[in-house]
Parts: sequence; C-alpha cells; structure tokens
Amino acid sequence: MFFFRQIVQKPWVTVEESISDLHGGAEFSLPAAKVGLWVFCAVITSLFLLFIASYSMRMSLADWRPLPEPGLLWLNTAILILSSVALQWARVNARRERIDQVKIGLFWGGGFAIAFLAGQLLVWQQLVALGFFSAANPANAFFYLFTGVHGLHLFGGLVALGRTTAKVRRDGFDMARVRLSVELCTAYWHFLLAVWLVLFGLLLLT
Amino acid sequence: MFVAIMLVLVAVGTVVFHFLSPWWWTPIASNWGSIDDTVTLTFWITGVVFVAIVLFMAYCVFRYRYREGRRADYTPENKKLEWWLTGLTTAGVVGLLAPGLFVWNQYVTVPEEAHEFEVVGQQWQWSYRFPGADGVLGTSAPQNISDDNPFGLNPDDPNSQDDILIEDDEVHLPLHKPAKFLLRSIDVLHDFYVPQFRAKMDLVPGMVTFFWATPTRAGTFDILCFELCGVGHHTMRGTVVVEEESAYRAWLQEQPTFAQSMTEARNGAEDDSRENLKLVLGEAEAGSTAR
Amino acid sequence: MAYVTHDDAQSVPLAEVGEMELYHAKSWVTKYVFSQDAKVIAIQYSVTAIAIGMLGLVLSWLIRLQLGFPEVFDFITPADYYQFITMHGMIMVIYLLTALFLGGFGNYLIPLMVGARDMVFPYVNMLSYWIYLVAVLVLVASWFVPGGPTGAGWTLYPPQAILSGTPGAEGGILLMLISLALFIIGFTMGGLNYVVTVLQARTRGMTLMRMPLTIWGIFVATCLALLAFPALFVGAVMMTFDSLLGSSFFMPAIVEFGELLDYEGGSPVFFQHMFWFFGHPEVYIVALPAFGMVSDLLSVHARKNIFGYRMMVWAIVVIGGLSFIVWAHHMYVSGMNPYFGFFFATTTLIIAVPTAIKVYNWTLTLWQGNIHLTIPMLFALAFIVTFVNGGITGLFLGNVTADVPLSDTMFVVAHFHMVMGVAPLLVVFGAIYHWYPLMTGRMLDETMGQFHFWVTFLGAYAVFLPIHYLGLLGVPRRYFELTDISFIPDSVQTLSAFVTVVALIVGFAQLVFIYNLIVSRTKGEPAGRNPWRATTLEWQTAEVPPGHGNFGETLPVVYRWAYAFSVPGARDDFIPQNLPPDQVPTDGSVS
Repeated sequence: MFFFRQIVQKPWVTVEESISDLHGGAEFSLPAAKVGLWVFCAVITSLFLLFIASYSMRMSLADWRPLPEPGLLWLNTAILILSSVALQWARVNARRERIDQVKIGLFWGGGFAIAFLAGQLLVWQQLVALGFFSAANPANAFFYLFTGVHGLHLFGGLVALGRTTAKVRRDGFDMARVRLSVELCTAYWHFLLAVWLVLFGLLLLT
Repeated sequence: MFVAIMLVLVAVGTVVFHFLSPWWWTPIASNWGSIDDTVTLTFWITGVVFVAIVLFMAYCVFRYRYREGRRADYTPENKKLEWWLTGLTTAGVVGLLAPGLFVWNQYVTVPEEAHEFEVVGQQWQWSYRFPGADGVLGTSAPQNISDDNPFGLNPDDPNSQDDILIEDDEVHLPLHKPAKFLLRSIDVLHDFYVPQFRAKMDLVPGMVTFFWATPTRAGTFDILCFELCGVGHHTMRGTVVVEEESAYRAWLQEQPTFAQSMTEARNGAEDDSRENLKLVLGEAEAGSTAR
Repeated sequence: MAYVTHDDAQSVPLAEVGEMELYHAKSWVTKYVFSQDAKVIAIQYSVTAIAIGMLGLVLSWLIRLQLGFPEVFDFITPADYYQFITMHGMIMVIYLLTALFLGGFGNYLIPLMVGARDMVFPYVNMLSYWIYLVAVLVLVASWFVPGGPTGAGWTLYPPQAILSGTPGAEGGILLMLISLALFIIGFTMGGLNYVVTVLQARTRGMTLMRMPLTIWGIFVATCLALLAFPALFVGAVMMTFDSLLGSSFFMPAIVEFGELLDYEGGSPVFFQHMFWFFGHPEVYIVALPAFGMVSDLLSVHARKNIFGYRMMVWAIVVIGGLSFIVWAHHMYVSGMNPYFGFFFATTTLIIAVPTAIKVYNWTLTLWQGNIHLTIPMLFALAFIVTFVNGGITGLFLGNVTADVPLSDTMFVVAHFHMVMGVAPLLVVFGAIYHWYPLMTGRMLDETMGQFHFWVTFLGAYAVFLPIHYLGLLGVPRRYFELTDISFIPDSVQTLSAFVTVVALIVGFAQLVFIYNLIVSRTKGEPAGRNPWRATTLEWQTAEVPPGHGNFGETLPVVYRWAYAFSVPGARDDFIPQNLPPDQVPTDGSVS
C-alpha cells in the first residue's frame, strides 16, 4: 500500500515536490544489511518453493515410492530448534548489552548448528547403508537434494556466524555493530529453521 | 531529413518486401486453413500498427528536428490520450486473441470420427503403427523393445496382435478423413511436422501426445523433425502420401501385422542360425580342403 | 514561474542514511583488480561480457557460413554446428546481455543516478564479479574437455541434453550446468546490491518517482532475475543429478539406440516448465533495462520530458509482474496439457498492452521535441523500429493458434533475434555512446559512430526481416543443412547466402566500434562536464570521470524529477535534479 501510494505521485507537480524534498532517500527505516537479508530470504524462498513445486509434480507420476523417515531426523530437528533458541538468547542479550551472554549464545547456536549438519550426514549414511541410493527412486533423490541444499545454506550461515563471533571478540564494546550482526544471524537462523520445518513436514506427509 | 527518409524507407521497404516475397506459406493440404487466416489477420493488424508508428516517428524526426532557439513542449502526461491508446490497443489485442482461442479450441477437440494411428519417433527415423481389424492400438512400453519388437508392443495384449506395423519412413493417409496422430517417442524429444498440414506436436518420451488434421489434398509431402533431437536432427525425415481411401486401403493391406512380424522374426532367427551354421561349416570345409 | 518556484526545505535534517562507509583502496591491486568500487566492477563486468560476446559473435559467423554456404566449409560438422548454436545462444543471452545490462550498466549507473557513494555491500559486489568470471571460464573450458561443449540447444532440454546422441554429453553439459549455477550465485550477490542500493541508499529528496527510468528498468529487472534465476538453478541442479547420479527427475524410461537405459518415470516436460519459468522473465531481464535506458536517451536528446512518466513506471512494474505467468507460451506444442494454451495465450497478449503503451510514449516523447540527431538518439530511434517489429511478431507466436505452424521455424529465430538481440543491443550501443564521455571524459568519434550505426541498424534489419519469411515457408530452425526438402525452393539458398554476407558485414562493423572505444579513450575529443546537458545526477559529479565516492565532499540533494527539460520559465532547456529551486536561472518572463 505504501509502495502504491508512492508510485501514483506526480513528480512534476510543485505541491508534491516540497513533500518529496523531505524524503530521506531510504525506503525502509532499517539498516541496509537487514533489507539485504530480507531480499536474500525472498530469493531462497523462491528457490525452495520451486523445489517443492517440482517435488509435488514429480510425486504425481506413477513410479513414486515414498521414503522411510529415519528417526534421527526428529532429533536433528530438535537440535536445529535449540540452535535457533540459543541465537535468540544471544540476540536478546545483545539488546541488553550483556556481551558475555552474547558470546555464550553464539557458541551454543553455532555448536548446535554443526551438530545438526553432522546429524544430517549421519542420516545420509544410514539411508545409503539401507540401500536408498539417489538413483533408485525420485523420492530418495529429492531427499538428498533438499537436505543438501538446506545444509549448504546453513553452512553459509555458519561462515557468517563465525565472522560475527570474531567481531564480538575483537570489538565487543561497539555494541551497535555487534547487535546488528547478531540480529542478522538470528533472523537467518529462524528463516532456515522455518524452511527446514516446511521441508520436514513435506517429507513426513508424503 | 536523411534520418526521416531512411525511417520512411524502412517502413515502405518492409511492406514492399512483404508483398513481393517469394517465400510464403506452402499451399495448404489440410483442414487448418483457419490457422492461416489467424496469421493473415495478425499480419494486417500488426502491420498497420508497425507502419503507423514508424511513419509517425519519421514525421516527428523531420518536423521537430533541432533548431537553434526552439524550445520543446513541456507536457508531463496526457491522461486522456494515454487511456485512448490503451483502449484501442486492448481492442486490437482482443481482436487477435478471440479468433486465436476459437481456432485453438478446434485444435484441441478431436472429432469423434477421427481414425487413430501412431507415429513413433527415435533417433533419427520415423515409423508408424495402425490399429488392425479391431480398430484398437495395443499397449506398448520401452521395456518391451528388442530387435524383434522394435515398437515395444506388449506381446500379451490381444489388441496389439493385429496392429499393423510400418517400419519405414513413408506413411499413407486417406484423403478427407480426419486423422488423430498419436505421437510416441522411445528416446528423446522429437516433433512431427508436415508444413502443408500446418499442425504439429512434440513427441515426448514417457507419454503419448496427439494432434489431429484432415488431409484435403492428394500428394506426397515431407515430414520433418521439428524439435532438436541430437546430432542427426536434420536427417530425420519421412514422407506422407495422401491418397484416395481405396489406394490407402490397398497399401495398408500389404503391411505386416505385429503377430506376423513376430512369427517372421522367429523364423528369421531360425533361418539366421541355419545360415550361420552353414557359414561356419563352409569355412571349416574350406579350411580343411586348403589344408 | 509555476515550475521553478519552490518552498524552502533547507531546514530539514538529513535522514539516517548519512555518509556511507567506503572501502578505500590501499594498493594498485585493490584499486583496479580486486576493487570494491562499483564503477571499476562495472568496467570489469562490461569488458568480460564484451569479450565473451565477441566469442558469441564469431560463433554466429560460423553458423551463418554453414547456413549460407553449406558444403563449402566442410570443416564444420553437424556436431560442431549444434555446439555453435548452443554456445552462441547461451553466451549472448546470459553471459553477454544479462551481465552487461545488470553487472555493467547496473553497477555503473545505480549509485551515480540515485546519488549514493557506492553499492551498499561493496565486498559482496566484488565477489559477484569474480564468481561471474569463473563462470565464464568454466563455460569456455568446455571446449577443452573430451566431446567438447554441449550441443543440446541453449534450452538444454532433457533427455537429449545428457544422452550420447547429442554432442558434449560427456563433459560439456556438466560444465554448462556448473557454469550456470555459478553465474546464478554470482548474480544473486550482485542483484542483492542493486536492489538494496536502490531501496536504501538513495540521496535525500530522491523519491521513487524521481528516479530516472533507467533505474526503474534495472531495479525491476533485477527483482525478476533474483526470483527467476532460482528456477534455472533448480533445473540445472536436478539435471546434474540425473546426469551424474542416475536419478530420474526428468528422465523417463528410454531406449537409446536399442539399449534400455536405467531411467524410469521422470518427465521431460517438467524441465521445460522450470526452464521457461526462468526463461521468460529472462527476456524482460534483458528488455526492461533497455526500456529504461532508451527512455532516458530519447528524453535527453529530444530535450523533452519523457511522455507519461507515471504510465512508463507502471508499465515496467506490470510487465515485470506479468512476465511470471506467461512462461508456457514457449510450450504450446511441447505436449503439455493443451488446455493450458487458453490461459497462457491470454496472459501473453495482455502483456502486449503495457508494452505497446511504452512504445507510444517513446514516440510521443519525440512529438513537439527539439530533436538532436546525435548517435545515441539514432540508436534509440532504431531501437523503437526493431523493437516494434520484433514485438509484433511476438503477437503471432504468443497467440497459441498462429504459433502452431510457426514454432521451431526460422520465424521464431528471427523474432527473438529482433526483439531481444538486435533491439537491446542497439540500446547498449546508444547507451555506450551516451555514457562513454562520463566514463572516460572523452567523446567517441562521430564519423565512426555514424558508420557503425547505419551498418548495424540497416544490416541487422536486412538480416532478420527476410528470415521471418523462411519461417512462414516452413524452414526449420536448428537444421545443419536443408538438402532434399521438396517444398524448399533454391531461392532459399540464395537468400541464406545474402543473409550471411550481410551478417558478416554487420559483424565487422562491430570491430570498428571496438576500435573506436579503444582509440577515443586517449584521442577522443574532451567531453567536459555534462556534454549532453542532462539532468540526472551522474552528470553532476564533482569531477569527470567521477572519482572514488562519486560525489566529492557532500552528497547531492534532489529537488525535482529526472525529466525537467524545456521547463517553461527557466532559462536553460534543462534543470539538473540537484539544482536548488532558488538557483534556477529564469528567462525573466512571468508565467
């Protein structure tokens, strides 16, 4: 609506010009990095929606055989939730400027995320050991694809988290910068958790 | 001035080329004259728009070329004019779309009385299958394909026994009978197109696609593959012969059925093994005499 | 004085944006190689894109030689030919046009035109270029693997793309898919920058509706690219799985040359949906920046405001939105559910309406203008001619019925070359002639420019206009040769030879252009500041070419829209966007 109101302006009319001169230049009163993260999340959403669309299209064909969900996936999901919780805790403490708690939160958030990735690799190993190769059945192939792409995104997040941790150690006193980095990491983590819950739900339901 | 003249020349030249071009539709040989009509209508509507726009530009370039001391007009927008243009364009688009959708509806609605036959594509040749006396094509699957059964028909399906197989790139069709072309590929994408018929459709492995057409002119026409199918794409040709129904029936009579071809293949295999035996024996004999 | 008087807004404090932190180069390497300055990255993108584009051009010559004079050049085998057309198409669409419009012009113009010091994430922007470079190198590397590059057609349709009947099925197709994936990752990094810079880093007073249409075009095109490229990414990753790991996403049971392959149940048509869900927005990813830039060229050189600015913005946004629901018009005869045809034909023809409005507004901008026939203006005029021509043939192909006999004929080839090859490239040329003085401080040579323009415009038109008629006749595209086809007369071969000769001449004219670019860099006439007397911010920088940080000490403040040309009451026929209202010289008349 906000966007709509802007693009009906007549930029050549004097009356509107005086109002436009007051415009600060930024579309949203957010740091650029946050807007960037939201745009990036939109791109990832598009990516996974397309994966899900192709999954449901492929599912409707005759040779579809569902894949058993290893119980380990439940544990992994719980670990990923814990990872998000830890980062949320770091975020809250960054707001309250309690740098030690932030460090603890970042540590546990990263640790749980690494544990999640290790758990996913373990699931792959179990499935391969059970004979569910990617070529055998499209459901298997999709499982490897989904978990792989999601894992890669989380891995990228870990790199950012590592940089944030370094920043906290280096200039822990510049709370504004620390807070922004922690908030970005946390938002990305929550987003990837949501993506995983959707993917996991999809795998469970089909 | 020069630029304006060149723009006019481009517009006029385009129209002159259009009318003088020796490259135009092949004479039509099917019921799809309505497709040609849609294209002709589109040519008229869009042609008028193209010429009008280019001539208007040429006029502006000539009339409003730079002159010392002249000042351009300042008109940010003209709502009335813009809505008029929008309305006219919408009307033109509706004029193009409505007949298009009408004809498309005919294209996707196969008439009840259409006789079915199957076109099989593979790298890089065509073959065909007609239903036999029972009027039904038997089922098929790629898994059944072998040297003896190149069409991959299901040998256990009673419907497939009397299917007539044409392992040749030439096919015959009866005149004035609507035909439903069932299209099947056993390897990659192909596309069955006879330019004189104006109708085409891709062959997609894993599914059977179709279109329909009624041949309306006797003659021999080229079939071309119209979907890139590998390095031999341009060599994937066939021929369709459109003829009176009696001639078509006579031609169909001469073609083997699936059951016949399987028997022949079995006999042929026995013949082959006998031939091979003879050859081996012959060689042995020849060897022994030489020694 | 209605348009030049103004309320004083001096007392308004600057919003939160303030001065951006800039990365200051410390050495020659960080200044020119691993640079984080968007202007340098823009030049890097452009040079790389033009270099790979030259390869695409040479491939087109080889294609034309084979088509114009079959059997003369017997070193071109069918496999070579199919590799040439594939690589030519992919290079031109993705690695040249997309990279040049967004990576090149986007990087150069966005910060300058919106009044920012640089892109918001300069480091990511730098990574974007280097990943693009690696993608290009991987693409080129496919010539050096066994089997050579893929010959599957730029659409890369499975199953043939990964089967042995197609050249390059051994390694070429994998390198192509990897290169595309890299390109998409690199582009996403750049695209985030373009979008966020436009959203968040504009200078004070630069509202959305005061942005030049160039920025609107690049902005919406980038949004499309960010949302559409994932479809190509998904398709590429899934096809890589099919090829390497033997999964069956797109592969049904297939008997290839008598041998049953180990695939089952997949659907090739799904890939086509994925490909065109990306592929159709891709057309507008190339077209929308061209739309925007040509609007600005026309306006500046006709000394007149763009006619119907608001309608132009809305049209860009509407075209961008609609481009996501028209994709299957590339698939009318693909074997998909034929009833989809009704829907996609309707949406496709609806998109013609905003596009036509843009064309009308360009021509109405000329009406009552004061037209300087400079080289950029000539290219802009030629763009309108070729774009209208290519656009109306789109109405044939988009209207499902007329598409049936024309699909996969030379008509399609002529259509998309005219509408997304010739037309956008004419804008690229016009834009280079227009902005070269800003980038280098010198003008391009006028005589060479005239030669380049007339040969390119008339030549390209003469190449592609007749090819439409071959399509009507029924000449198929992607045919190595046309021997023994009964309905094709000998005159077709004569025409093909003519087209080849003209295409070679047009090709060589581009070498004159490249020569002009190189020579004028040092020998061109000095341009001075703002040689075209333009209003937009990139011409109002402290120095030309603009230095590090773009705007010197303080950022400009914007007081008006980008099209204040020939405003009644003002002395000059243009008022820069950043000129305070009380400093606008008046002509003394009372209005």
